[in-house]
Amino acid sequence: MALTLDDVKRVAHLARLAVNDGEARTALGQLSGIFRLIEQMQAVDVAGIEPMSHAQDIVLRLRDDAVTEQDQHVLFQSVAPQVEADLYLVPKVIE
Amino acid sequence: MHNATLKTLSGDLAAKKFSSVEVVKYFINRINRLGKNYNCFITLDEEQSLAQARAADALRAAGRAQQLTGVPIAQKDIFCAKGWLTTCGSKMLSNFISPYDAHVVERLNVAGAVNIGKTNMDEFAMGSSNETSYYGPVKNPWDVTTVPGGSSGGSAAAVAARLAPAATGTDTGGSIRQPAALTGISGLKPTYGVVSRYGMIAFASSLDQGGPMARTAEDLGLMLNVMAGFDERDSTSLKREPEDYTRELARPLAGLKIGLPREFSAEGVAPDVARTVEEAIAQYKKLGCEVVEIALPNMALSVPVYYVLAPAEASSNLARFDGVRYGYRTPEYADLLDMYKKTRAEGFGAEVKRRILIGTYVLSHGYYDAYYIRAQKLRRLIAGDFTEAFKKCDVIMGPTSPTTAFKLGEKAGDPVQMYLSDIFTIAVNLAGLPGMSIPCGFDGKGLPVGLQIIGNYFAEAKMLNVAHQYQLATDWHERMPPGILSEG
Repeated sequence: MALTLDDVKRVAHLARLAVNDGEARTALGQLSGIFRLIEQMQAVDVAGIEPMSHAQDIVLRLRDDAVTEQDQHVLFQSVAPQVEADLYLVPKVIE
Repeated sequence: MHNATLKTLSGDLAAKKFSSVEVVKYFINRINRLGKNYNCFITLDEEQSLAQARAADALRAAGRAQQLTGVPIAQKDIFCAKGWLTTCGSKMLSNFISPYDAHVVERLNVAGAVNIGKTNMDEFAMGSSNETSYYGPVKNPWDVTTVPGGSSGGSAAAVAARLAPAATGTDTGGSIRQPAALTGISGLKPTYGVVSRYGMIAFASSLDQGGPMARTAEDLGLMLNVMAGFDERDSTSLKREPEDYTRELARPLAGLKIGLPREFSAEGVAPDVARTVEEAIAQYKKLGCEVVEIALPNMALSVPVYYVLAPAEASSNLARFDGVRYGYRTPEYADLLDMYKKTRAEGFGAEVKRRILIGTYVLSHGYYDAYYIRAQKLRRLIAGDFTEAFKKCDVIMGPTSPTTAFKLGEKAGDPVQMYLSDIFTIAVNLAGLPGMSIPCGFDGKGLPVGLQIIGNYFAEAKMLNVAHQYQLATDWHERMPPGILSEG
């Protein structure tokens, strides 16, 4: 599969990364090289093999539905770019 | 004192030869004089370090000192430390003073260890040379025109240059083992799930593991005793009986079966590396070990599989960096989307952006099965090879890295070249097995070579035994880089 400039721009948008034409072209070259490496996977027969997402055969632990955390919002919001009335401020969404 | 191991420092502190304040001042002084040569620290905080040292001395006076109480440990800047700038080597977190401690940091604090500083690293742990850091590259103390390896390059260089007796590191595709090999120190990546990832800034959640870096196997064991253990805040943390990882160190190795995969001596391994590793195996035979040839037939797939899975997980983990709740925010923006896109384009470096793009692509509609799911199936094949191999041997050995330290800038231009240097370490993370690297010699240019030891799941104590017996019979781990001795 050959990557195109449109692919790069589409994926950059999905990843919320600004990329201008020049950067997209450079990225295209480098990403194409990496995809050539990844293509080696296609040569193997994977019929009947279960995907492995995790090293150990474990299941997600459950816990009691009880409050265990303390309110530390003052501390955690002290590192935020913009806060007002305990709310994180962000610019408007423009449709 | 700069060359003292954790074991020695711990004993001397217990014998009251000196106080923790004196030890910490000594190392801070060394770092202030020599640290700049290697660029291995991003943040130092003398006040906080000395406060911890005083607390350690008080613990000792009250009769409550533990093994690591009072000793200085360098923390890789991927571990959140409360009140410390925690950057992950990135502009994106260049203003982030962490409001909490990572589990690993908390455990070392409770043990009375002293945080001596935050070490430099490849940005968001993505790299094998410590050249992608926002804070500049780290230089290998053995030859400052070469790389220390990565991503835990700062931790490795600090320990190699005797600026700290030990450091924490993290390993997703080799980032503890490979820099340990390139800087002539010892490093261990535990079995996945043994060390809690809470507060360890996430790169690839199914592969990341924190671990110790030091100059001896015994010191690695002392560190792991503190770092390991169940943490309910990490959903992948394993509940197991606590262990003393140093309990097997003295066991003789006679009869131990060492598996040598034919895939580990493939072309691409530098002749000096092959030679020193062969000599190490010969040494192990003298210690009574048996050598068995094994096969890891799917190993060559590990690089492409890793470079699908790790970027995919990274693209998900790094989605949180959006300029809203913490970290860098772009100064000018028209709306929310513009703010997200510019913040992330400006806050992340080139390698991180490359991996986010790959990861997003392989998870996107139409490509998910062909890339991500396929890679997960191949991951099972790769893990299966090790299960088969461990039926025939107790540990697996080979070179940690195909080459010794390469020149700064040599591989930075071609990402694929850089990725191929992880060929021997990556499969271990994919399988979730424990792996370590110990020094086993030097090449013709005086650059260190590392021997990788891979164990079965939860075999850390045995691996440390295997490493320790070799370190009793050899002195590679005691060699010091030139130019680091200057006192003052």
